[in-house]
Amino acid sequence: MSSNKKYWKSEAELNPNDSIVEALKQNEFVQEIPVEDFLGNKEGLAASSTNRRDFLKYVGFSTAAATMAACEGPVVKSIPYVVQPDQIIPGVANYYATTIADGFDFASVLVKTREGRPIKIENNTDAKVNGSANARVQASVLSLYDSKRLQGPLAKGEAVEWSVLDSAVKSKLASLKGSSKQIALLTQTYASPSTTKLVAEFKEVYGDNVKHVTYDAISAEAALSAFEEKYGERALADYDFSKADLIVSIGADFLGDWQGGGYDSAYSAGRIPKKGKMSRHIQFEANMSLTGANADKRVLLTPSQQKIALAKLYGKLMGVSVGGNLPENISKVVDATAQEFKKAGKKAVLVTGLDDKDAQAIVLAINESFSSFAFDAKAPKYVRQGDAKAVAKLVADMKSGKVGALLMDGVNPVYTMPNSAGFTDALSKVDLSVTFAQNNNETVAVSTYAAAAPNYLESWGDVQIKKGHYALMQPTIKEIFDTRQFQSSLLMWMGSDKTYYDYIKETWSSSILGGGEWNKALHDGVYKASSTIVDVVEETVASVISEEPVVSSLVDLSMAASKLSKSTSSDMELVLYSKVGMGDGQQANNPWLQEFPDPITRVSWDNYVTISKADAEKLDLINDHVANGGLDGSKVNVKVGDSELKGVPVIIQPGQAPGSIGLSFGYGRKSGLQSEMQTGVNAFALYQGGVSNQSVSVSKADGMHEFACVQLHKTLMGRGDIIKETTLEIFNTKDHAEWNPSPKVSLNHEEVDAVSVSLWDDFDRSIGHHFNLSIDLNACTGCGACVIACHAENNVPVVGKDEIRKSRDMHWLRIDRYYSSEETFEGDNIKKDEFDGLTGDKGSLSGFGELEDPSANPQVAFQPVMCQHCNHAPCETVCPVAATSHSRQGQNHMAYNRCVGTRYCANNCPYKVRRFNWFLYNNNDEFDYHMNNDLGKMVINPDVNVRSRGVMEKCSMCIQMTQKSILDAKRDGRTVKDSEFQTACSAACSSGAMVFGDINDKESEVAELKDSNRMYHLLEHVGTKPNVFYHVKVRNTQES
Amino acid sequence: MKKVLYRNQLSKFLGINLIAIMLFSVSLFSQSENADPAKGKQIFNQNCASCHSLDRKGTGPALRNVESRLADEEGLDREWIYAWVKNSAGVIKSGDSYANKVFAEYNNTAMTPFPTLSNEDIDNILAYTAAKEEKPAASAVVPTTGEGSSDSSGVSNEVILGALALVFALLVAMLFMVNMTLRNIAKANGIDVEREKAEKRIPIWKAFVKNQFLVLVSVVFLLLTSAYFVYGFFMQVGIDQGYEPIQPIHFSHKVHAGDNKVDCKYCHSSARVSKTSGIPSLNVCMNCHKSIYEYKGNPEGPSQSDIENGYTNEFYTKEIKKLYAAVGWDEENQKYTGESKPVEWVRIHNLPDFVYFNHSQHVTVAGVECQTCHGPIEEMEVVSQHAPLTMGWCINCHRETNVKMEGNAYYDKIHKELSKKYGVEKLTAAMQGGLECGKCHY
Repeated sequence: MSSNKKYWKSEAELNPNDSIVEALKQNEFVQEIPVEDFLGNKEGLAASSTNRRDFLKYVGFSTAAATMAACEGPVVKSIPYVVQPDQIIPGVANYYATTIADGFDFASVLVKTREGRPIKIENNTDAKVNGSANARVQASVLSLYDSKRLQGPLAKGEAVEWSVLDSAVKSKLASLKGSSKQIALLTQTYASPSTTKLVAEFKEVYGDNVKHVTYDAISAEAALSAFEEKYGERALADYDFSKADLIVSIGADFLGDWQGGGYDSAYSAGRIPKKGKMSRHIQFEANMSLTGANADKRVLLTPSQQKIALAKLYGKLMGVSVGGNLPENISKVVDATAQEFKKAGKKAVLVTGLDDKDAQAIVLAINESFSSFAFDAKAPKYVRQGDAKAVAKLVADMKSGKVGALLMDGVNPVYTMPNSAGFTDALSKVDLSVTFAQNNNETVAVSTYAAAAPNYLESWGDVQIKKGHYALMQPTIKEIFDTRQFQSSLLMWMGSDKTYYDYIKETWSSSILGGGEWNKALHDGVYKASSTIVDVVEETVASVISEEPVVSSLVDLSMAASKLSKSTSSDMELVLYSKVGMGDGQQANNPWLQEFPDPITRVSWDNYVTISKADAEKLDLINDHVANGGLDGSKVNVKVGDSELKGVPVIIQPGQAPGSIGLSFGYGRKSGLQSEMQTGVNAFALYQGGVSNQSVSVSKADGMHEFACVQLHKTLMGRGDIIKETTLEIFNTKDHAEWNPSPKVSLNHEEVDAVSVSLWDDFDRSIGHHFNLSIDLNACTGCGACVIACHAENNVPVVGKDEIRKSRDMHWLRIDRYYSSEETFEGDNIKKDEFDGLTGDKGSLSGFGELEDPSANPQVAFQPVMCQHCNHAPCETVCPVAATSHSRQGQNHMAYNRCVGTRYCANNCPYKVRRFNWFLYNNNDEFDYHMNNDLGKMVINPDVNVRSRGVMEKCSMCIQMTQKSILDAKRDGRTVKDSEFQTACSAACSSGAMVFGDINDKESEVAELKDSNRMYHLLEHVGTKPNVFYHVKVRNTQES
Repeated sequence: MKKVLYRNQLSKFLGINLIAIMLFSVSLFSQSENADPAKGKQIFNQNCASCHSLDRKGTGPALRNVESRLADEEGLDREWIYAWVKNSAGVIKSGDSYANKVFAEYNNTAMTPFPTLSNEDIDNILAYTAAKEEKPAASAVVPTTGEGSSDSSGVSNEVILGALALVFALLVAMLFMVNMTLRNIAKANGIDVEREKAEKRIPIWKAFVKNQFLVLVSVVFLLLTSAYFVYGFFMQVGIDQGYEPIQPIHFSHKVHAGDNKVDCKYCHSSARVSKTSGIPSLNVCMNCHKSIYEYKGNPEGPSQSDIENGYTNEFYTKEIKKLYAAVGWDEENQKYTGESKPVEWVRIHNLPDFVYFNHSQHVTVAGVECQTCHGPIEEMEVVSQHAPLTMGWCINCHRETNVKMEGNAYYDKIHKELSKKYGVEKLTAAMQGGLECGKCHY
C-alpha cells in the first residue's frame, strides 16, 4: 500500500527550508566527533606508550582477573560475644511482657526478641484488660527501628549533650521556683501511678506554679466530663460486650479506637452463635465504621440526627416525651430499638461516640438504670485523661506570657491542634520549651530543646489501664540512641539520684503490690490488685444498683435530652475518625501502617473524604477505574469555619449517611517523615474544639487523585458460595444443608457432591500432623491485626504506593471486604437466581451491571484470605520446576531458591493469593523502606528467608512456627499440646476468629471446629480441598 | 595440654617416691609416712587447680612449698592448714591475722570450703606441693617400644620391595644374557638375524583420519568426557569442601577436643537447644584459661610434624595470650581490664540463606555425633569443612539414617502408625517427610 503521508519527528521538519533539518539529515551527531584531533597528531600517537595491542591486553587481563576473582567465595566473619549474657542463646527467642502506653494505644503485650532485638509483638494472654495488640501495636516494633528517630537531644535543631540541656533546664526551673510564672507540663495520657506520684513530687520541689496538663490528640472530653460529673472521677466507663445480648451504639466505633479501644475480643465472644444464641448489634452512624460494618442492623444518621435519635431513645426508655424531628422511618427504627432494649433489660447496653456531654450523660444514665451487665462504672478505664479546658487555659496563659517553662512529652500539639499557628505563636512567648519526642516532629521544630525520648520498647513504666488492673512496661532492648525518658529526666531535674526503675519499684511495693511479688508482676507484665472492691464490683455491680430509673438526676437528664433533640443539622456534617491503621498519626513514618489497607475502603497510603453516592452525584464527584487498573478520585475543598483543606481526594463510600462526610486523622504529617510517608491531609486542622462532628462546606476542586486501592470490586455479585451467610432464625430452625449447602457438580449426567469428584489422587495425611486453619466469619471484625502480624513474622516487603496501585501488593494475608448490592447479601443471591435471559427486566446483562453497584446502606462482610493450602493444589501441577509442592502436614510449600518466576502458579490459583517479587525490595534505593537501611533491617525475622527479585511467594502457614513447636516437643520428649500450634495470624487474632491446629489430634479445638456444620471451604466446587476453612456468617436479624 | 602418659609407670613411680623420700628426710616436720604426692597431684588437679597453681599467682596464691613457707614466715602449722582448707571463712571469722591478711589481699574472695577433704587428702596435696619442680626432662625420654613396632613393619615392607626389585633386576639381566647367548649361537650357526625390511606402511595418524567411523567415535567420546569434567567443575562451584581459612587465633581443636577430650558441647553449648551451634563467647574460654595460662604440651615433646608447622609450646602459649588480649584479662593482677575486643572468626560452614538448618534437631533429638557432618574435628589442628554441605548430601543422609525414636514420647504414635504403613521397624527421616522442600526451605 503506497502512502504519501509524511511523518515527522519534530515540527521543524515541516519547514523545508530549515537549515538545521537539512544539516541533521545526514549527520547522526550534531557535533563532529573529534577524531581528527586525536588521530591527526601522529607524533603524539607514536610517542604514546599504550598502543592498541596493549589496550587489548589490559582489557583481556582485567576481564580474566575479574572472572577469576569472582570464583572466590566471600569470606564471612562470625563474631561471638565477648561475654555472653546468661539469658541469651543465639538462635533462641526470648519473650518479655511489657505494655504500650503512647497516649493513644494502651495494651499489654509480649515482645519476642532475638539476640537482644525485638522483632515481633504478640498478645499477652495473661492480661484480662487490653491484652491484645491491634494493627498499630503490632506494627509498633518497626517504629522502634525508625530511621528518622531523634538520635540525641537538640537545641534549636543542633545536636547537644544532655548535660547542656540539663543545666539549661535546671537553672531555668530554679529561677522560676517561687516566681509568678508557671512551669507547665503538657503531656499525653499516662494512666501511670508512678508518673502521677512523680509529678506530684515534682510539684513539691518546684512549688505551686507547676501545672500538669494532660492532652489527648483525639479527645474523649465529653465522655470524661460526663463520667466525672456522675461518678466523681475523671475516667471512662468500661464495657464488657460479651455480657450483652443487645448492643446499641450511637456513633461509637468501639471496634476501632472508641475510648481507647480493646473491646473487640469481648464483642466477638458474644457474636459466635452458641446454643442458638448470639448478641444483636444495632448501629446508628454516619461514617461506615468497622463497628457499623459488623452490625446486624445499621442505620444511617448524621451526627445531629444521632443526637435526636439518642434523645428519643431516652424518652422511650424512660417514659418521658422528647421533641425533635426525625424522618418517619428512622423514628420507627428508634421506637423498635427502644422496644428491644426494654425487652433485653439488663442484657442490653447502649454506647455512644458523640462528642457531647449530654449525650454521654444520657448513655451512662440509661445503662445504669437498666443495670446493664455489660456496663462497669465501678472499675473504670483510665486510658484517656485529656482535659480540653485546661489545655485551652494553658495556651491562653502561654500567649499572655505567664508560662516560664513548658515541658512536653508524648504530645505533638503543633500537628494535632486545630489552631496550630496559635499554639506556635503562644510557644514563642514561653522562655524555655522542652519537647520529649521520638522523631523530629512539628513541635520539636519550634521548641527550644528537643529531648530525644526512647521508644516504649526501651523504657520503664507502669500503667493502670483499668481500676485495679496494673501493667508494667520494661525495656526489651538497650536504648539504641542517646535517649532519656521524660520521667527519668524529671527525677534528675528534681535532684533525685534514683532511676525511674527504682522509683516504679518503690511505688509498686509501697502502694500497689500489697504483698504480691514484683518479679512475678514483671514476668507477667500485668498485675491485678487483690483489693476486694474491684472483684466485688465486677460481679455484682449490675445487681446492686436499683432497677428503678435514677430519679434524682432525671430532671437534668430530661433537660439534656431536650437539648439534644433540638440539634439542628447543617447541609453537610463532617465526622472525623481515626483509622485502625494510622490512629492519631504518631507512627506515620511506619511503612507497614502506611501500606496497611483500610479495612473498609481498602485504600492504602492515603486519607480521603468519604461521601455518600447521593451527595457525590450532587457535587459531581466521581471515582474512576482508569485503564492502568488504578482507582482515581475527584478532589474537594473542605471548609470548617475558617480553616480549609484544599484538594482532599474523595472516596464514594457505600453506607455513608447522606448529608455527612468522613475524614480520618493521622495523615498529612510532614516533619520528621520520609518523603514517601508524607501522605494525605491533616484532618486535625478541622478538629475545632476537640469535637469530631463539625458542620462543613464541601466544594469540588480541580483534578483527580490517584489512589492505591487493593480491592476495586466492591460487591459479591451474588456469589453466595464465597461468603456464605445466613440469619440466626434460619440457622436455628433449618437443617444445615439448607443454609450451608455443599456444592454439586454433574458426573455422568448425575448431580453429585463436588467434593466427591477429583482430578487428583488422594494423599494419605492421617499420620503425623495435619494442619488446618479455621476462620470464623462471625467473629472476624476485620481489624487487620493479623495482616501486620503476618508482615512482621514473614518479612513481607513494603512495595510503596505506586506498586500497590499496580496491584503488586505483597500482603500474604488480605482481608476482603464485600458490600451487598441489594439491602442484604441474601437479596443479591435472590436477584441473581432470578435472572432470566440476557436482556429484559430480569436480564442478566443489565442485572449483573446493577449487582456491581453497592447499595446505599449495604450489608458488609469481611473475609481474611491467605493461601488456602489446598490438598489438591492447582498451583503445584503447573509449576515447571516443582518449586511448589505439598507436604503431608497439609502445608503447601514454596521453595524460593527453586522458583524461576514463570508465574504460572499465580495464574492457576483460584484464590489469587500468590505474590510475585517484581523487584528486589531489599537493599534497593527505589524501595527505600525498612529493608533498605541497617536500622530497619533489625526487625527482620531471622528464621524466615528474605525473598529476592523474580520469585513467587505466599503464605507458608507459618511453617517456621509449626516446625519450632514440633522441635520443642521432640527435644522435651513429649507430644505437642494443642495450643502450641499457632500461626502469626491466629496468634494475633484476639477475637478468636482464627484458630489453628492439628486436625489429626482429635482433641484439638480446630478438629472440633472442622466438624461444625457451619464449616465450608472457599470455592469448594473447584475441588481443591483446602486446609483453610471458614465458618458461615450468621446475622442476628431477628427483631425481638 | 597433653595428658601425662607414663610410658614406664613403675620407674616413674619409683622415681617420684625416691624424690619424695629424699624430701621427707630433709623436712622439718614430721609427715605421715604414707603421704603420696601422686595422689596429691590428682586431688590438687581436681579441686585446687582452677584457682591455684604451684608457681604462679592465680585466683589464689601460688602453692609451691606452701607448708614450709607458712611455717617459716608465719609460724603456722599443718593444723592451721587443715582448718583453712576445710573452712576458710571460719578461720577468717575467728580473727586469725594471717587469714584476714590473705583474704584482703585476694579481693575479699573467700576460698571455697572443702569439708570433704580428709586430713590425709590434705597431706597428700601438701606432699605434692612440696615435691621438687618437675623438669620437663620427661619429655626428653625417647619413645622406644611404640615407635619400634611401627618401624619394624615399615622396614619389612621396604625389604620385600627391595627384594622384589632385586629379583626383577636379576630377571632382566638374565633375559639379556639369554638373548646375547642365543644371538651368539645364531651367529655361530650363520643364521641372519637381521630384521626383514618392513613394508612401507601408511602412518598411523593418516590411517586414523581415513577411518571416519573411528574419528566420529573418538570425537563423541572426547566430547562426552569433556562434558563430564565441565559438569563436574561447575557442580563444585560454591562448594567449599576442604575450606580451611586461617583464623585470627590459632585455636587447635586437636589439642582441646582430641588431646584433652573437652566435650564439643561444653563450648558449643547452644547446639543442644538452638539452631546455631554457637561460637563460644570468650568468657567460656576463660573458664579454663584463667588458670591454664601456658601450653605445657605433649609430654613426649612436639612431634616432628608439629615442629615443622611451628606448633611449639611457645607458639600455643602465644595464642593463649591473644585470647587474654581479646577478652581483656590482665594476667599480672588476675583482673579483667574491661577493654575487650571481639574476635572475628572466619566462618567455615556456610549454608545459603534459603536453607534452614537446626543443630538441636540433629544433636539433641537425633543424637547425631558432631563428627558425622564436621568430620574428625578432634584430629584437626586447623578446622576445615569436611562435608560438601550440598543438598544431595543432606538428602542422602535423610534417606539412609534411621531416626532415633525410642524413648521419645513425641514419636510414640507416629512410629506405631508409620511402621505399620511401611512395614518396617526402623524409619528413616525420609519416611517421615524429611525430604519435603518446606522442611528446610522457608
